[in-house]
Amino acid sequence: MLGLVIPAILSGLTTGAVYALVALGLTLIYGVLHIINFAHGSLLMAALYAALFLNMRLGLDPYVALPIVTVLFFCLGYALQRWVVDTFSHGRDANILLVTLAISIIIDNGALALFTSNTRTIDVPYAFDMVEIGPAFVPLPKLVAFGAALLFAGLLWLLMRHTRLGTAIRAVAVEKRGAELMGIDVKHTYAMCFGIGTACVGAAACLLLPTFYVTPQVGYAFVLVAFTTVVLGGMGSLGGALVAGLLLGVIEALCGLFLGETLGQIGIFAAFILTLLLRPAGLFAPRAA
Amino acid sequence: MAHDDTTSPDATGRNRRDLLKAGGSTLAVAALGTVAAPAVLRAQAPVVKIGGIGPLTGALAYNGNQAKAGVQFAIDDANAAGGIKSMGGAKIELVYGDAESRPDVGAAQVDKLAEAGVSCLVGSQSSAISLATTQAAARFNLAQVIDVGTAEQIVQRGLPNVFRFSPGTAKAVDEGVANLATLNDQAGKPVKTVAIVHEDGPFGSSMAKLLNEKLPALGMTVVETISHPTPQRDFTNIVLRLKAAKPDLVMPSHYINEFILFARTIRQQRFSPKAIYSIFGGGASNIKFVRENPDAAQYVIDTNHWYDPRKPLSQALAKKVADAKLDLTYDIMVAYGATQVAIEAIEKAKSSDRAKVIEALSTQTFSDTVMPYGPIKFVGGDNTGSHLVNLQVRGDKIEVIFPKDVATIAPVFPFPDRS
Repeated sequence: MLGLVIPAILSGLTTGAVYALVALGLTLIYGVLHIINFAHGSLLMAALYAALFLNMRLGLDPYVALPIVTVLFFCLGYALQRWVVDTFSHGRDANILLVTLAISIIIDNGALALFTSNTRTIDVPYAFDMVEIGPAFVPLPKLVAFGAALLFAGLLWLLMRHTRLGTAIRAVAVEKRGAELMGIDVKHTYAMCFGIGTACVGAAACLLLPTFYVTPQVGYAFVLVAFTTVVLGGMGSLGGALVAGLLLGVIEALCGLFLGETLGQIGIFAAFILTLLLRPAGLFAPRAA
Repeated sequence: MAHDDTTSPDATGRNRRDLLKAGGSTLAVAALGTVAAPAVLRAQAPVVKIGGIGPLTGALAYNGNQAKAGVQFAIDDANAAGGIKSMGGAKIELVYGDAESRPDVGAAQVDKLAEAGVSCLVGSQSSAISLATTQAAARFNLAQVIDVGTAEQIVQRGLPNVFRFSPGTAKAVDEGVANLATLNDQAGKPVKTVAIVHEDGPFGSSMAKLLNEKLPALGMTVVETISHPTPQRDFTNIVLRLKAAKPDLVMPSHYINEFILFARTIRQQRFSPKAIYSIFGGGASNIKFVRENPDAAQYVIDTNHWYDPRKPLSQALAKKVADAKLDLTYDIMVAYGATQVAIEAIEKAKSSDRAKVIEALSTQTFSDTVMPYGPIKFVGGDNTGSHLVNLQVRGDKIEVIFPKDVATIAPVFPFPDRS
């Protein structure tokens, strides 16, 4: 069993990278804007279908489709926040929650009606390419997802810290009225933030597709862990989401190895409860948010 | 002050209540007329209605729509062959109820179908929905020929209107294990150790328990039994444990999504067991999985429902399915066969009367369908002639490898080393 620990940790890190990718978008929306986006899992599913159909209809590899899906989902996210969430919620948090829930129900059932519940996958030439790292074989697509998670977290950090948009988003997160008085277009900033969060989901979908399946319910497999990742890492902390995602992946893999796969997820939620008890603000609570 | 309109006399001296009475009588006469009129029409061009029930929307929509196509093909073929001959060539009409993948909705649809005047029901591709629909149909003395419903509870409640066409779990495990023993014996007993990987719900857990009980009798030692939740996002750990345990045979028992990830991870981790063999596994009986994952799916063996591909009727069905641009799945095959039985029951009952159809289904033996079954006779609601077959993925096709009399190709067992 001990000989399996290193391969299990490596496998956990690559699975955790996917959790981190999904959580990066969520931490922007949930952590910075305090919007509990129930539609996050549904948007991930929609992005997976978008990447799937770009592959099936146009023959685009998911990695080639990544910029297209990312831009498409940025626009979708922007439009959703600007003209749906904002319009129907009238600025009340309880309403925002219900509007995102409604969006998720519409997307889920729309996908069921359009694509049926049949499971779909794609066959890419590199699906079974492995990289030998020490005693373990790591699938190439998972290694790519791992690298991309680090890259995206870095890019988002740069965006938030060193651009005017990032400053505006942080300002709106801290003091909406004050930011508005300073001339920041709050509605536009909210929508940009939601758009970037949704774009992350689009990127995550393209990186996930070579190793995972697509069904209208697929979002649920990731979104609960993504919420846990955000809380564990600290709301709004991009670095926190990355570290927490990787940590949860490893915890899940090791618990699965030693306690049995059925109890593997216990580790995730034990870590979650411990964080709430000992560090309620999360492991890497940002100073700004 | 409020004025009571219903009793105020109108200009002719008649009050509103009289008018309502007169109106009511007129409506009653009209209603009698509409009831009587179709009776006359029916005498001229008799129509027998069969109720289809299944999930056309919701999580099971794919299976439900496939099965609906199978029912429709069977009815079209029967009508083309002259309808119900014992009823003067009565044409068969399909009335379909969408169970929306929910047992409660399925039960409600039965009420509507009964009201629409169906003679019997065919469906509903799921144990949970069938449990609810048969219960509801019993109130109307309405027979249901169940195409696929594996839970044993379906036939254990003593309902007189239940007729399960395809095998349940107990028979599936018995046949699956017996077929495995024969395959292993024929190949010179290469399989001595087995690992079972199962989802931790009722389906996977009960299957794992039964296999753990039955496999030692075949001289096979179960070296690992690994359970996992649904959904399971990553199978690396499980495959690593299998690599360490080095079983000759892997028996997966989970749903199609997990099977896809599992089969892919087996290939990724260069794990090469002598065979992968499942019972109701879904992998080797799902043409979409085979097409989308030709490498991971190669040689996988499943024990499942399938038609007898050598029968001319089956070949004609396969052509119809291809012409309709549908996937040829077992949902279509079993639904087609179950509908054939329902139609023959009406033929033998010489009537669309529900009680007579139930009597025919309970007492008669039914002739050949597209399925590889023996004589079809329902005892205690279960078809004693039903059987499963072994399917193996070969290239981009699903081939029948066992039993020999229906096989389309010789089995590859054990698998070639692909590590």
